[in-house]
Amino acid sequence: MNSLALLGRYYAASMRAQLQYPGSAIMLGIGAFATTIIDMLAVWALFDRFGQVQGWRLGDIAVFYGVISISFALADFVSRGFDVFGSEFVKTGAFDRVLLRPRSPTLQLIGYEFRLSRFGRMAQAVLVLSLGAWAVGLDWTPDKIALLAWTVAGGAALFVGLMILQASLAFWTTESLEVFNVLTYGGVQAGQFPLSLYAGWFRNLLIFIVPIGAVAYYPVLALLDQPDPLGAPDWWLPAAPAMGFLFLAASFLAWRAGVARYTSTGS
Amino acid sequence: MDAARPYLAAFSSRFLLMLQYRAAAIAGFATQCWWGAIKVMILAAFFAASPGAAEASPISLAQAITYIWMVQALLALTPWGSDPEVAQAVRTGSVAYDRLRPVDTYWLWYVRGGAWMVSRAAPRAALMLLAAGLALPLLGLEAWAWGPPAGLAAAGFFTVSLGLAVALSSALLMIVNIVVAATLTDRGAVVLYNPLVIVFSGNLLPLALYPDWAQTALLMQPFAGMLDIPLRLYMGQLAGAWAWAGLGLQVFWVLALILVGRAALARVMARLEVQGG
Repeated sequence: MNSLALLGRYYAASMRAQLQYPGSAIMLGIGAFATTIIDMLAVWALFDRFGQVQGWRLGDIAVFYGVISISFALADFVSRGFDVFGSEFVKTGAFDRVLLRPRSPTLQLIGYEFRLSRFGRMAQAVLVLSLGAWAVGLDWTPDKIALLAWTVAGGAALFVGLMILQASLAFWTTESLEVFNVLTYGGVQAGQFPLSLYAGWFRNLLIFIVPIGAVAYYPVLALLDQPDPLGAPDWWLPAAPAMGFLFLAASFLAWRAGVARYTSTGS
Repeated sequence: MDAARPYLAAFSSRFLLMLQYRAAAIAGFATQCWWGAIKVMILAAFFAASPGAAEASPISLAQAITYIWMVQALLALTPWGSDPEVAQAVRTGSVAYDRLRPVDTYWLWYVRGGAWMVSRAAPRAALMLLAAGLALPLLGLEAWAWGPPAGLAAAGFFTVSLGLAVALSSALLMIVNIVVAATLTDRGAVVLYNPLVIVFSGNLLPLALYPDWAQTALLMQPFAGMLDIPLRLYMGQLAGAWAWAGLGLQVFWVLALILVGRAALARVMARLEVQGG
């Protein structure tokens, strides 16, 4: 069986398991929708009081917010295995079994779970993006749609890369590092707003260390047909999401180094 | 005094147990610093964007920044779900032991839940005070720091109000616990309750920054007493007669939630099926 068909089987099994409790699955989806949509409530209240921020309107912020949230929701569907890798595979020794099977550990971990509840986050992200695009009068020409798809793919690659990096660290710490949530969930939080709102040190962190800006800020400027107020050249704006794939490639290197030095906890 | 002893013992044993989780406290602290920093910078950008609206805002930027750091410091004082010990007791059936103890189940769970939240909040709050209240000013970043209370009276009102906030949070936690005991799952209804708390406690945004037409309703609802009212007292926004009114609101909601909780617990326990075996 080829890898893609196998992955399909993994996900079908995972979804069947979750749908054994349809009430729970639906409630979790609704909960994910409600918990994430309230971020926009705060943004709306701030615009209601202050009118605009650095020339940005509510619709612009909704587009920034929608794009990063779709990227994260995509990554979140498939990366659960890496998210819980430290606590459920390394600490328990379950990774031994993964290594014994005649398939790549990466494939098995991606196939660990397909989280249905993430449809709630995805739905609110698509809703917010659509409303924002409508409010700013964004014209969905084919090249804009292509740019959106490229941006979201780069963003999802970045977030999957972050989670693989988090999982790789567990080879050294034998524990899932909760602190890493700062970069994943915190990265989504930070990417919801244009980087020009932040202080210089924080902006540089989000551009050069964890390239959230490359998948959230620059390409969205191109979507909105805005030049970068911070002065990045125009050709860079649509090209930036490539950084997400570079980050993913780098995190795979760390992952392979980690697998190579893995010693079982023996439990 | 003798009647209170078992409850005091339950409180202190849970408190001391939870203080052992130092790594979790440090991870939580790091996350809260990041969140706080983002929110502070966003708010500063909005305040800078329209000087007119900033002037008319019911709280100044400095107050809003203090508010944000204190929200992050006191994050664990808000019940975000049920008490994991109660959820586990219901699932495994060890709730039967709790029923057999010669103490009132409501108050036993109430003080344990209170201890759980206070013990998780205390180390995080201390770290946050050191970072945002002490380190930031020492680094010359006073404008971004957790500021002092508005005055001696404000500090006094805040202290009393913080105690009432713990009582209120514990009473709300009991309501969530009772829903879990009745439905036998800590997922379900709790996921819809979470966003309500985030918005109406003031965790998401200081309640004063929501539109003016919503202000009265926002102050009257029960969740305000867990975070927003103590913080308004700290900043001197509620002073004089208004300060007493704020405390009165908290007392009202504490009593109301305890009465509702006790009645609901009695009903649930009357037809409880013990799980496990």
